[in-house]
Formats: sequence, structure tokens, C-alpha cells
Amino acid sequence: MANDLSVRELVRTFGDFTAVDDVTFDVPQGSFFSILGPSGCGKTTLLRMVAGFDEPTSGTIAIRGTDMCGVPPNKRPVNLVFQHLALFPMMNVAENIAFGLKRRGMQSAEISRKTQAILERVDLPGYGDKRINQLSGGQKQRVAIARCLVMEPSVLLLDEPLGALDLKLREQMKVELKKLQAKVGTTFIYITHDQSEALVMSDRIAVMNNGRFEQVGPPRELYSDPHTPFVARFVGENNAWSGTVEEVDTHVRIRTEEGLLFRARSHDAYPAGTRVDLFLRPEALRIEPEGKSLNTFKVTVKTILFDGANSRLLTVTPKNHELLVSLPQNRQFDYIQPGDIITLDWHPDSGLCFEA
Amino acid sequence: MIRSLPNARTYTWSFNLFILCYFTFLFAPLAVTCILAFNDSNFPSLPWYGFSLDWFTSPGPERVGIFHDEQNLRSIWTSFQTAFWVALFSTVVGTCTALLFEQEEFPMKNGLYFLMLAPLVIPGVILGISLLLAANSAGTFFEDRFGIDIGLFRPSFWLVVFGQFSFITTFVALVVSARLRKFDRTLEDAAMILGATRLEAIGLITLRYLRPAIIGAAAVAFLMSFENFNTTLFLVGSEPTLPINLYLQVRDGSTPVINAISLLLITGTSCLALCNLYFSKKED
Amino acid sequence: MKSGYRLTLWLFLAPVLLWLFLLIVIPHLDLLLMSFRGESGVGNPVWTLQNYKNFFTEPIYWRTFVRTALYAVITTLCTFVLALPVSFYIAKLARPRTRGFLTVLLLLPFWVSELVRVYGWMILLRESGVFNYVLLKMGIIHQPVEMLYNDVTMIMGLVYTSMLFMVVPLISVMESLDDSLIEAAYDLEASKFAILRTIIIPHCKPGITSGAIVVFMLALGNYLTPNLMGGKNSLWFTEQIYNQFIASFNWNQGAAFGFLLLVLSSLIIWTGLKVTRQRLGEVAS
Repeated sequence: MANDLSVRELVRTFGDFTAVDDVTFDVPQGSFFSILGPSGCGKTTLLRMVAGFDEPTSGTIAIRGTDMCGVPPNKRPVNLVFQHLALFPMMNVAENIAFGLKRRGMQSAEISRKTQAILERVDLPGYGDKRINQLSGGQKQRVAIARCLVMEPSVLLLDEPLGALDLKLREQMKVELKKLQAKVGTTFIYITHDQSEALVMSDRIAVMNNGRFEQVGPPRELYSDPHTPFVARFVGENNAWSGTVEEVDTHVRIRTEEGLLFRARSHDAYPAGTRVDLFLRPEALRIEPEGKSLNTFKVTVKTILFDGANSRLLTVTPKNHELLVSLPQNRQFDYIQPGDIITLDWHPDSGLCFEA
Repeated sequence: MIRSLPNARTYTWSFNLFILCYFTFLFAPLAVTCILAFNDSNFPSLPWYGFSLDWFTSPGPERVGIFHDEQNLRSIWTSFQTAFWVALFSTVVGTCTALLFEQEEFPMKNGLYFLMLAPLVIPGVILGISLLLAANSAGTFFEDRFGIDIGLFRPSFWLVVFGQFSFITTFVALVVSARLRKFDRTLEDAAMILGATRLEAIGLITLRYLRPAIIGAAAVAFLMSFENFNTTLFLVGSEPTLPINLYLQVRDGSTPVINAISLLLITGTSCLALCNLYFSKKED
Repeated sequence: MKSGYRLTLWLFLAPVLLWLFLLIVIPHLDLLLMSFRGESGVGNPVWTLQNYKNFFTEPIYWRTFVRTALYAVITTLCTFVLALPVSFYIAKLARPRTRGFLTVLLLLPFWVSELVRVYGWMILLRESGVFNYVLLKMGIIHQPVEMLYNDVTMIMGLVYTSMLFMVVPLISVMESLDDSLIEAAYDLEASKFAILRTIIIPHCKPGITSGAIVVFMLALGNYLTPNLMGGKNSLWFTEQIYNQFIASFNWNQGAAFGFLLLVLSSLIIWTGLKVTRQRLGEVAS
């Protein structure tokens, strides 16, 4: 499959500060690609370079095989949905959508035909005469996307466009965006700091930190097999525990600071005595297991964090180390009260450790 | 003390009375000027001899109403022309200034910004004399060096226009800047990524957004120019503007025709000011 | 892309540079140069300090200068004292609906030419004016009194003329003052005067500074009001400049006077900004 976007060894520095540090990736045609990272990680700088608002210090950006170096934003086959949408308040919906087509010098009959068609595509037929401030948040979102899609870009860039919406609408728009992308088939590159947005919508995600890509892969892989401690911490919830490697066989034997001994998995073979961080997902911890293994230990329930399907127990080990434990949905543990002492256990493959 | 707190009745009433006095103080001279324009008398003073429109419409020779007063009419026309050009130039350059300081980065920006504000704190009289001196120096230079006499460098219509333009532009720039600061720059980026060039983006998006502020600033520039006295005084040539012409008449004794002109001025400027205010309110 | 940005930069920069250098910088440099020029005994142009010497040796010149500065300060103070309650009333006491109306009413007279306003005062106050007529009719006075052409009237005229530039910044800072601060002070049993001194005035400082600077500058550079309302011997410094330029045709002397006035106004504005620790840019906006 052809790549719509190829970025090679891209670097952008501002004085002494390196905002984007040697980034290389490809986005295949028609896929939904997300760049996920905390604010200040360089993802916006990267996006601005792809859009053409900023020039790389070194490295190349190619769109459909054409090098984009020196091509101004108005000449690139990419469009950008802005964080705050940047819909032109002085124009109505149709004028907003027609703006780019007019710049191309298209016939007005053709423009109005295309405008109608794209409005239907984003489920806003007949909204052409509405003013921007008459639209709801979700409708504005769709107009902003329609305004870009009507240009038939090779790549559509989206800069955290859901950030300004309230929670309910955000959940709804996540699904809608995913469906829209599948329908139109345009390559989407989506920038976000919200890991749930990235996990739900993307075909592939790049996790970015301090200007570098930590890991690129499908959502499932990032979640179940993070390659770096940063990814383990940033994608999904994780309990972190520091300890020391005692012995390595098929698994790593780790002694935590409070003396508990566990078996866990690691990507690299660490020699005995290495200080490591152990990451355990809350849903990997089994409550009151049958039988006993090396990874069995006891904790005290501190409080119950009830959140519907996402309810968890906040527990502490005897040395006061906090651990979050997922509550299964079959209500079998409804009897647990704060102050109870419970037994936990986990499979050695579900704990992952990295050198600290 | 304030509206939400309990106030003594005397406090409220004395404050109301004070405000009433203040507004009387504010409007008394204007009101008296307007009323006396209709007095059937040869002097702008009481007693009241009855209502008359002589000072507007009388063709002379004893009383020359404003509509027949060649000299005053000519000065009004001169003022109109001056104000038109000043408003035009200062709006264009003032908008450029606002865009320059709000959107562009260049070395010495702060120094230039300070210089741009300087006309605010230079007394108008000094602006007038320094421009007169410089124009005279330039005129002498051109005459000595090239033997050509450039009329622009002598007190004249265009020197007045440039003199007023030199400080009114700062006001325009400040008004437009204030609005530009509320402008979301990503709208320009959005226009550019949709295929517009930078100039198209400024023309189609930024200027359209600024339009109410620019129109308002142009109206203010027109008014400021129309009533400017201090700077104009030194630069005026053979065509006096209205304030200069009025000044000469007031200084040498006055007739109610000045009241008539004042009345027209008051109505005209009030209408313009109210329109301006109405439109700026509507935009918000 | 870079070249596109350069193009717009120059497009904006060029007219601004032309304006500032041709109409502001060069004329004022010329003013400075001309103030050091004079004629030698045989009528040849020479460099000289004579114009400044004249200023310090002729009492009429420097006395007028000091008088003008002093009266401008007095005008500024009077304007402040009058503007404070007015703006307080409009910002805090008036009902929201009347507030807008009063503000418009307040602005209206200032759209009218200064000349018309001064003329209005003249026909009110002069010997044959409206006030005298009314007072005579009411039998309060028996002889017409000349109320024009004295210092008090002149200062009143200056206050009237520059009022707006104090009231408008004061209203806008007062509107930004949170009512609950005054309510809290009232709740803590502060007197009206204490509230004014400890809450309102400190909050209004930026508005007071910008208002005072503009009023001072306008009063200092005013020509019309002192000329038409001031007395024969209450000369204003701008009139001295005018006399040198237009009546005596001594441009070099006039340039020196102009430059001195410019230095004085810049100095006082600079001190004002330093004392209140503000910058010109902030005050302007």
C-alpha cells in the first residue's frame, strides 16, 4: 500500500531547544494515524511542519511521494482542522466551505454543487445559510471537517479538535469521526493528548515524548506491550512499583522495596541487581484468587472508587504503597468494605518491567 | 456608597444634584450657542428679540446668513476636503501600523513602537512648527540645489493634510490594534491552508474582521481632522480650514453667523458620533 | 513561504517608516537644529546658543514658561477632582441603563470643535454675555462684570476642554473594579473616605495616570483657550511660540521655544510614568 505521508529524520530546533528530534514515520493511504503525547512534547510543532506553517531544521516531509520542502501551506495537498476550528465568523456555513474552492478559481455552479454534496456527507444538509454562531459544538466540528474535506486533500490533519467540547459530546464525536473517516477514506492524522481518543479512533498511534517517538503501533499493541516506561505510564492506567532484579530465568524475579518477591516479564535481559520499575495494569490484578502462586500478596482496601463499569479499589500494601485494582463487573466482590484485607494475584506475563 | 449598598438619602440626592450641575456645565455653552443662532439680533447675546432664520438664510447685504456666506462656505469645503484626505491616508497607514505591530516580528520593533506612540505626547503646536520648519528647509534645499520651487513645501492645503495625518494616524493605529488583539490568528492560518496566499488571507479574513474598527477609526480621524486647530494653525496657507477661519472671526468680534455655523457643526458631529457609536455597539 | 512573509512585512513597514521618519523624526531633528541657528552681526547664518540665552535672560519668556507649566498642573488637578465623582457616579451609582446614556451624553460635547466650545463660553461670560444679562435682570448686580479674560476663567476653560480625557479612562478603570471589594470594605466597617482612599484610588491608578498625562499635555500645548479666554497679560507659552513664528518671524527663536516646551512635556510625562511605574504603551492602550 502506498504511503500518503513519509517523514524522514525530521528535526526542528528553536535555539537550544529541540522541539522535534529525529522523527521518522510513514502513514499508509486511507489510514487513521494518531500522534499522542503530553502538551509540550512537540506534536504541534510536527503538525505545523507537515501543514507548512513551519520549516524543519533538517529532514524531509513527503506527501504522496512529493517532497514538500519550501512548499507554502496554501500549495500543499493537506488541510488542517484547527484546535479551535477557526471557522470564519463573518461568513455563513456555505461560504466557509466554499472559501478554499474559490481560491482555486472554481466555477460557482461547481462550488455550490460540491458544497451541497459535502454538507450531506457530514449529515448537515440545508445548513448552508446558517451563521457559524447558530451551530452547536458538534455541528461546528463537522463544518470544520467538511471545509477541509471538500478540498479533497491527500492528508487531513486534525489538531485536537475535540478538546473544546464537553465530555458527553466528545465521546459521541469520537465515534462519529471514526465512522466519517471510514466513509470518506481520506488519510487522517490526528494530534491529541487524550489517550482514550487515540485508542478509540486510530489504526496506528505514535506516542511522542520530548520531541521523539517512543513507540509506533496499533492501539492494542501499545496497551498490551508498551516498549518504554513512558508508554506504559501514558497509555492506559498502570500501577508502578520499583524494585531490584534478583534472578533471570524465563521470567524476571523482582524484589520490591518492601520485600515482596514477584515474577514478571521484560523486553531486555537485565543482570541481577538492576533497579527496575514494575508496571501492573489494574485489571491484571485478580482479587481473591483460587490457589497460590509466587505473585500472590495481601493488601488493605483503603477506599472504593465507584465509577460504574470502571469501578476500582484503591488498596495499600503494608508499607503504604498504593495500588489500583479493577473491580470485575459480576458484582461478586460487592461485600468488600474499606479496611478489609484482601489477597491479590497476577499472571507473570501481565507485569512488565523496565530499567529505572 | 455604591448601588448595592444602603445609602443615606442625602448622599444619593446630593450626588444626583452634583451630576445634574456637571451636565449643565457641560452643555450650557453649546446650548446657548445654538439658541442664540435663532435670535433676531445683530449680536450673539440676549435680550431675545424673537425667532429668526436670518443667520442661516438671509442673502445680505445687512445680514449674511451662512448659506450665502462665501468665505465660511469655502472654509467648510476646505475642511471637508482636508478631513477626507486625512481620514483616507491615516486609515490606510494606521491599519498597516496595527498589522505591523500586532502580527509581524522585526528588529527594533520596540523602538519603533515607542516612536509610533510619540505623536500622542507631542503637543500639536510643536508638531505644527516642526513640520513647518522641515518643509521650509526642504523647500529651500530643493530651490538652491535644483532650482525648482515645490509648492508642497510651503504652507498649503497638502501641508495641512500631512500635518494632521502625522498624529491622527497614531489614534487610528491604536483603535485598530485594540480590535486586532481580539482576532484569532489561526483564522489566517486556516485561510492559508485552504489555499489563500498571505495577502488574500489578510484581505479576505483579517480586514473583514477589522472592518467595523476601521470604519469607526476613519470616522474619528475625519472628526479629529475637521476640528483640528493647533497643528493646522502653523501650516495653513491661503485656504483656511473652518476652525482657523472661525478663530479669526471670533478674535475680531463676532456675529451670530458663527452661532449658525456652530449649530450646524454640533448637529453634524453629533450625528456622525452617534452613528459611529451605534455601529460599534452593534458589532459587539 | 519565507519570501511571502517578508513581502507583507515590507508592505506594512514601508508606509509606517515613511510616516514616522518623514513627518515625525526629521521635522523634530530640524526643530532642534534650527533652535541652534542664528544670524551673526552682518546677517550670515551661524551656530549659536543665543536663542536659549534669550530665553533665560528675558524674564517674560521664562516666567511665561513656568506659569504655563504651573497652570497646566493646576488644570490637571482640577480636572481630576471634578472627574473622580463624575466617573464614580457613572461607573458605580447609575443604573445600568442610564449608564450607557450618560456616557454618550458625556462624550457628545467633545466631538464638537474646541473652538465652538470656547466660543460658547465667550458668549456666556463676556461683558455683554448671557450671564451678565441674567444677573442684571435679576438685580443681583447693577453693572456688567467682565468675567472673561482672567486666569480663573482660563483654567475653567482648560478644565472644560480636557475633561473628557480624564473621565473616560477613569470610567473604564472603575468599571473594572469589582463591586464586592467595596462591599467587603463596607462590611469591615470602613468609612466612605477610607474606601475611597484605600480601595478606589489605588485601583484607579493606571486610569488616573493616563488621564493626567493626556490632560496635562493638552493643557500645556493648548493655544485656543488661553488665547481667547485668558487676559491680555496672562500669556501662554504656545502664544510666545506663535508670536515668534508669525508676528516676529524669528523662526530660530520660535524653534528654541518649541523645543523647550517639548522637553518640558516629555520630562513631566516621563516622571509621571516613572513615579507610577507604568509604560507608555500600557497607558496608550
